[in-house]
Amino acid sequence: MPGVHEEFLALPLSALADAALTRARELGAEYAALRVVSQRSQYLALSDLELETSSTSDDVGLAVRVVHDGSWGFAAGLVLTAQEAARLAERAVAVAQVSRPLSTERVVLADEPVHADVQWSSPYEIDPFTVSDRDKVATLVDLSERLAAGDGVDFTRASVQSARENVFYADSFGTSTTQTRVRLQPSLSATALDRATGGFESMRTLAPPAAAGWEYVLSAQAGLADEVASIPGLLAEKVKAPSVRAGDYDLVIDGSNLFLTVHESVGHATELDRVLGYEAAYAGTSFATFDKLGHFAYGSPAMHVTGDRNTDWGLASVGWDDEGVEAQSWDIVKGGVLVGYQTDRAMAALKDLGRSNGSSYADSARHVPLQRMVNVSLQPDPQGGTVDDLVSRVEDGIYVVGDNSWSIDMQRYNFQFTGQRFYRIEGGVLAGQLRDVAYQATTTDFWRSMEAVGGPSTFYRGGVLNCGKAQPGQVSPASHGTPAALFRGVRILNTVQEAGH
Amino acid sequence: MSTSSPLSSPQEIVERALAAATTEGTVVIVTDRSEANLRWGNSSLTTNGEMGSRSVTVVATAAVSGGAGGTASGVVGRTVVDVADVVALVAVAEAAARAGDPATDAAPLVTPAEAGAGSDFTLGPEPTSIGAFDAVARDLGEVFRAGGAGRQHFGFAEQVVDTTYLGTSTGLRLRHVQPTGRLEMNAKNADWSASSYLGFTLRDPSEADVLGADAELAKRLGWAARSIDLPAGRYETVMPPTCIADLLVYAVWEAEAKAADEGRSAFSRKGGGSRVGDRLARLPLDLYADPHHPGIEAAPFAVVPASTGAESVFDNGLALGRHDWLRGGVLTSLAGSRAYAARSAAAGHQTPMGVATDNLVLEQPGATVSLEDLVASTSRGLLLSTMWYIRTVDPQTLLQTGLTRDGVYLVEDGEVVGTVTNFRWNESPLDVLDRITEVGRSERCYPREWGDYFTRAVMPPVRVADFNMSSTSQAR
Repeated sequence: MPGVHEEFLALPLSALADAALTRARELGAEYAALRVVSQRSQYLALSDLELETSSTSDDVGLAVRVVHDGSWGFAAGLVLTAQEAARLAERAVAVAQVSRPLSTERVVLADEPVHADVQWSSPYEIDPFTVSDRDKVATLVDLSERLAAGDGVDFTRASVQSARENVFYADSFGTSTTQTRVRLQPSLSATALDRATGGFESMRTLAPPAAAGWEYVLSAQAGLADEVASIPGLLAEKVKAPSVRAGDYDLVIDGSNLFLTVHESVGHATELDRVLGYEAAYAGTSFATFDKLGHFAYGSPAMHVTGDRNTDWGLASVGWDDEGVEAQSWDIVKGGVLVGYQTDRAMAALKDLGRSNGSSYADSARHVPLQRMVNVSLQPDPQGGTVDDLVSRVEDGIYVVGDNSWSIDMQRYNFQFTGQRFYRIEGGVLAGQLRDVAYQATTTDFWRSMEAVGGPSTFYRGGVLNCGKAQPGQVSPASHGTPAALFRGVRILNTVQEAGH
Repeated sequence: MSTSSPLSSPQEIVERALAAATTEGTVVIVTDRSEANLRWGNSSLTTNGEMGSRSVTVVATAAVSGGAGGTASGVVGRTVVDVADVVALVAVAEAAARAGDPATDAAPLVTPAEAGAGSDFTLGPEPTSIGAFDAVARDLGEVFRAGGAGRQHFGFAEQVVDTTYLGTSTGLRLRHVQPTGRLEMNAKNADWSASSYLGFTLRDPSEADVLGADAELAKRLGWAARSIDLPAGRYETVMPPTCIADLLVYAVWEAEAKAADEGRSAFSRKGGGSRVGDRLARLPLDLYADPHHPGIEAAPFAVVPASTGAESVFDNGLALGRHDWLRGGVLTSLAGSRAYAARSAAAGHQTPMGVATDNLVLEQPGATVSLEDLVASTSRGLLLSTMWYIRTVDPQTLLQTGLTRDGVYLVEDGEVVGTVTNFRWNESPLDVLDRITEVGRSERCYPREWGDYFTRAVMPPVRVADFNMSSTSQAR
């Protein structure tokens, strides 16, 4: 277990913190925090067995954030010296002063116990940056060749994204944390071409991104080898599949698709900053307004959604967040009722919620910590059945597998999703694939139509690496564990008809 | 990770990197970025910042020995503080190149004769600071305190100045300063049942007219005094420049020559090859990029930190001029590297292509009418404000889905008669191009959906027939 990155620990982190926090206090800051962030990321992509993109980058910097005269201030720079840390503290206070005319509400932060000199690391085994590019490319080539060998596969793509993130945080309350997180996502896709009609169909692997090291790529957990073997046959069936008839259907949605619906319609909708209007100009607000807390029927009684920062597979798992708040787990929807939000320290204090649940994150030293989505998961029914059990309860419906296109409105009501594969359900059994399918719904109608949730055997650990929010835009990773589930009467569109073709 | 040295100059970084290089060819890109921003919600500050950063990308190229030969590339980037960092970075890039396989996009590095003209290479980076927003902050504070008619304000103002230095072992020394600014203002009425929005792309915060924008937002909120129920369906739709920009920016991003030639793109022709030469718009529309277009000037040379299917690190420094995507409504060219152009020609493809510029213009020569004129000549139709959450549904047709946002208005007999619900729409920008029935005067606009990545657009307001509003949205 490599643990916290040694090279990062060798930086003069305490000296930087002393310089920044001392200067901020001298200038009258009510709160000050220093973050030092080092990130290495890499994107390798093959197009039809040829290396198309190979890009590796390191991003290192430091930032000081203050509350001064009740107003936020933030400044970021590059040089890891005590002088620069002190200068950034001065600039952060200056930014707060320029912004003061806009600050009609004084910033208050929820209390948090002090966590002094603590460390945490995600549970990776092989740091992906210790594996040579040649070995990584060879792995992608091998998987691509196996995929390309399948009948009817005309084109392949393969990629792997890797990231290692080191963060040091120290604040004027006395908390200081040092953490290392590693994550990566391998992906392969196959395309079948029909040059006569100009048509083409693609299918992508379902292996989700994971907070793990390089060992994940060829693991049984990722399952890439099995997927590479099965995709050509599945793609050939999809190419020949009939186009769906638009209308209302009962859906069994696999966790490999439903995780993204959870992300968009529950995860984002229950971010308290968004609920309260502090994200309204860009990512929008939420229908799940604060007056609904504790009694609003978000979904059916089968719906149990949790937020957490501390599962061992979670892309959003940490020891402490970017405001020094310890990782926690909590309920967001229980028995179908809205019972919780994701909060940072300012939002928790604003609504007298007590302690923040630790949802603060910044994607680099250059960006301000924001309230960001944690690992938000739909819990399986401990007594729930298999996918086949759920399918057996449907007379005329569709089984949805894998994520693809996604879009939702700025209050998280109206959404439309597509997938990798759609299977017709007739008389309780699968009856071949369909194509040109999208499902469209209003969030609360959709979750209230959820009749049953699958058991632990249907549980899929999905996730996203680049969830966008805020201005300037930031990306964050988050995992979503999701079982398969049965929904009644969901609107299905035919995408060819939607295009007017 | 530097912990002691002050920042070296960008020019010094470029020269020391090239001096340290030992492989066949080397490209060094240094971008110094200076940023300042203000963000607000509920008529109060939410976040702000003043940030400085520098990224350095080194492209090392090396001949591949044995096998079929060819040239490999190693591309690495990082924040670099001093010369010691960059010398180490060159070594890493060269090691990657020496260990690499032949690059499919390999081409001779750009020579001075092929390169674009930059600004004076000896000049330093240009900064911005939070002080650039003094007037914006003052005016916003005034707007917040006034709180006319219970309005609440939400928005973002940003100024980013990128100073890019590009040096190569073939002798290029290019510099470009790119200011990018935006002001987004969103107002809601007291119960948040109605919303209005304006977005502006700015080269400098001094261009911002906060008080004028607030007055326009108030006018639009006034249109929401009457709320009208309207079902989903296909409607004649008047789009402001920001909306058509959002559709066409995405279409251009997808206009990769290689994918079209290979039959896996909406720009592929049935039977093989690309659709270059096809008429995509019934009106004689010109769609092009031009680094010298007034108001949306962009780098006049290629800056490519990573190869993709549409561009190559080997093309860094290449002169960029006007690139026509559509001329007179006909698809004229797609995006591709020099290397792919050579491969494509050798394979018998007839697809013209070029390296894209970071701006986009749509215009119909001679069009003079305004958005207000288009509304005045509408007997019954929808007037949109902006679009949101656009994603691809079907790459074969380039079918997109997205939503309207912050104000959809019903127009009857040339007048806005009230606000209607937001809609989810499903449309392909290629089909929309063909259903544009009237075009107005082009103006600089802010493509809201893609504003994080693309802000330099000049677009007209347009009238589109039968725009597919697939379902209604309760979002306000």
